[in-house]
Amino acid sequence: MQQKDSYPQDVVGVGDGTGDALLAELVEHLRENRPQLRDTWARRIVAAHLLTAMTPEEMNAETQSVYDNYVDVLETGSVEALSAYARDLSERIIPRGVETYEVVGIVLLLRDVLARSLFEKYRADVGMLNQVLDVYEPAANRIANTVAVSFVDERERVIRQQQAALRELSTPALPVRERLLILPIIGVLDKDRASQLTEQLLNAIRKHRAKVVVMDITGAPEVDAVVANHLVGTVDASRLMGASVIITGVSPTIAQTLVTLGVDLSKMNTVGDLQGGLEEAERLLGYTVTRQEGIA
Amino acid sequence: MDGPALVSILRQGDTLVASVHTALDDSQMLRFQRDLVEQIGAQRARGVIIDVAALDVLDSFATSTLCDIAEMARLRGARTVVVGIQPAVAFTMVRLGMATPQFEVALDLDDGLEMLSADSASPAPGRRG
Repeated sequence: MQQKDSYPQDVVGVGDGTGDALLAELVEHLRENRPQLRDTWARRIVAAHLLTAMTPEEMNAETQSVYDNYVDVLETGSVEALSAYARDLSERIIPRGVETYEVVGIVLLLRDVLARSLFEKYRADVGMLNQVLDVYEPAANRIANTVAVSFVDERERVIRQQQAALRELSTPALPVRERLLILPIIGVLDKDRASQLTEQLLNAIRKHRAKVVVMDITGAPEVDAVVANHLVGTVDASRLMGASVIITGVSPTIAQTLVTLGVDLSKMNTVGDLQGGLEEAERLLGYTVTRQEGIA
Repeated sequence: MDGPALVSILRQGDTLVASVHTALDDSQMLRFQRDLVEQIGAQRARGVIIDVAALDVLDSFATSTLCDIAEMARLRGARTVVVGIQPAVAFTMVRLGMATPQFEVALDLDDGLEMLSADSASPAPGRRG
């Protein structure tokens, strides 16, 4: 998941005894000054209008744990701890609607706040400051990078999961009578879902040997030109397989969109609502439904 | 003639059933057209069913040849139904802008035969009780 090995390790001071000693000193400094540094950081987050979706208490808790983790990772330099920390952070804050720029923003702010405090501490000794920054900067950048990558990875994982879930429950073609299918379309139709719908419908036509399909779009809030043309294509393809499609439940908005977009609907068989569509389908298939007297 | 026929043309009552078993190149397609149109007269067929269920591609030439066959058959007094267009083929045809060919279609051989036998009685594909 993370590019663990792609960071150069040949930075001055890292890996030898001096680097380790400096790092220990640095970590101790950051632990000692934790209250005011974390405070400065939190103030800068607010000033930068980041994490606006969180309450002050949540933000307080999160900044404390992020700060401690950050210092821990600086201290140990362990990639595993770093990845685990980044994943954990992402998992906690993604559900709160935190955006990528905010996550990257707060980590970079923390990096800057800490760098500023190191600068304060060592300003008298420029040589020492340089050595400390040599140790600090690569580690800090590595944290920022890993957190950003993990955050994006986590988001993509969530998106993939949701897409898979959507595919599962997407547009079932339901047989209601012999050779008659109903295809209710609920929710927004985008390009991917529309082509998936076509595939499922054509396969269902073959499987159920359907002659008439009632496509009900009452539950679709809107369509754009691409999707509308795709639906027309679906109707044409169904016809090539010997099935006629009746479209029902065209909302006023969709009717306006379709006509305004100039989609050629002259060959579309549309009926006002699902009930009318079913009656028309039954007529096409030669069914007559009669109600028996004396029941209900 | 030139080689064995790649399409079997069988007679069923006054209907000819042509099953395309394998993808045909352009010259084979033309030979199929010639054979079929000849048979329509020889067998005094009233209907033609072309079964393309085995094909996973129908290119523009094949589609236009099918249209030509339908038109020639009509001139020789027979009605043509193409059956067994696969989902992927149907969708590709639509994407290539060949969505409204001149020939009639039905889902499979069964439906095609039913369609032709209902011919004179009622044009609707219905099944009246």
